[in-house]
Amino acid sequence: MTNPSTAIKAPDTLRHTAVLGIGSYRPSRVIPNAELVAAIDSSDEWIQQRSGIIERRWCAEDETVQSMSVSSARDALTYAGIDAAQVDCVVVATVSHMLQTPAIATAIAHELGTDKAAAFDISAACAGFCHGVAMASDFIRSGTAKYALVIGVERLSDITDPDDRGSAFIFADGAGAVVIGPSDVPGIGPVVWGSDGEHYDHIRQREDWRDVVASHSPRMPHLTMKGNEVFRWATYEMAKVARETLDRSGVTVDDLDVFVPHQANMRIVDAMARALKLPPHVAIARDIAYQGNTSAASIPLALNAMVESGEAKPGDTALLIAFGAGLAYAAQVITVP
Amino acid sequence: MATTEEIRAGLAELVNEVTGIDADDVQLDKSFTEDLDVDSLSMVEVVVAAEEKFGVTIPDDEVKNLKTVGDAVGYIEKQQS
Repeated sequence: MTNPSTAIKAPDTLRHTAVLGIGSYRPSRVIPNAELVAAIDSSDEWIQQRSGIIERRWCAEDETVQSMSVSSARDALTYAGIDAAQVDCVVVATVSHMLQTPAIATAIAHELGTDKAAAFDISAACAGFCHGVAMASDFIRSGTAKYALVIGVERLSDITDPDDRGSAFIFADGAGAVVIGPSDVPGIGPVVWGSDGEHYDHIRQREDWRDVVASHSPRMPHLTMKGNEVFRWATYEMAKVARETLDRSGVTVDDLDVFVPHQANMRIVDAMARALKLPPHVAIARDIAYQGNTSAASIPLALNAMVESGEAKPGDTALLIAFGAGLAYAAQVITVP
Repeated sequence: MATTEEIRAGLAELVNEVTGIDADDVQLDKSFTEDLDVDSLSMVEVVVAAEEKFGVTIPDDEVKNLKTVGDAVGYIEKQQS
């Protein structure tokens, strides 16, 4: 590059990083399959066979993207023993915050009591949480931030089409958060991430907002998905990404204690575990059965459930892999806090 | 070159691994959905396993045309030739 007129000061040391705490929020409304089947001419048995979902959590009116985020973040901070004032970066992964601007992250950072933390939202759909973890980890690694909150939060019930046979029973609401900070040893491995925009249409918001407004009978845009195509991509392409992620972190499947894939569909979780030939000692997240698919929130929700039940213990080695609309994906190995 | 029967038997093995259906039931005249009760997601798993086993490519658009075991065996034979 051209010689600078003045030397710019920049940090020249890298730090190790780790997940220091985790928290989650499950909305209060429990929606069994029975409540959804009439509109889609389906049955509890059909839904369970296709998705492994027995019931899902949907928000009550007062359970908002902000309130769920704040609640899960407070739990994560308490777990980590970090005060909100120490947090200097808040990353919120969501696709269901219905106010396009400003980012909900700033309101969350303020309500938590951070001291003017950098705060912004990221849009990577179901892959959003692992994107956020990768970014936050690198911010801390390079000295851009000291302590970061990464929150995955969704209220997908707002944008779920109750009449769509392929997706009405899939989507759900909730939030999960982690605190990421400096560490003496590496607690977060290198991210393997990417996108496959050729399949931009496989999972998407069906209607453009401008078309909604122009319509004679406007209604909320809904999510739509090509189930079989997504299943194939998620199961087999993502198994390759999972293997590469383990390789990059120098971890074998035998070293692994916990596997937390995005909770898209139980059939994907099962097929992926088979494709990876995970040994029987690896605990596999199956939170989707009682929570549904919560997009960006699913991984921290599932991991926190495993921590709370003792299935995942502090110090365990966990593989996180997130994938979804875009198509976008991100994965990393972490040490369970 | 694999014979029709070898491909059928190989495919039957895959159907059995994915769904637990008895491999002997996987005969050429059987419909995957009507007779064998293989749902669309299991069908994807069978197709991907078949691609690997037989060294062929079966695109998503083609899968819906493979209604019977015979359709699938025929498609694999054509791809292999």
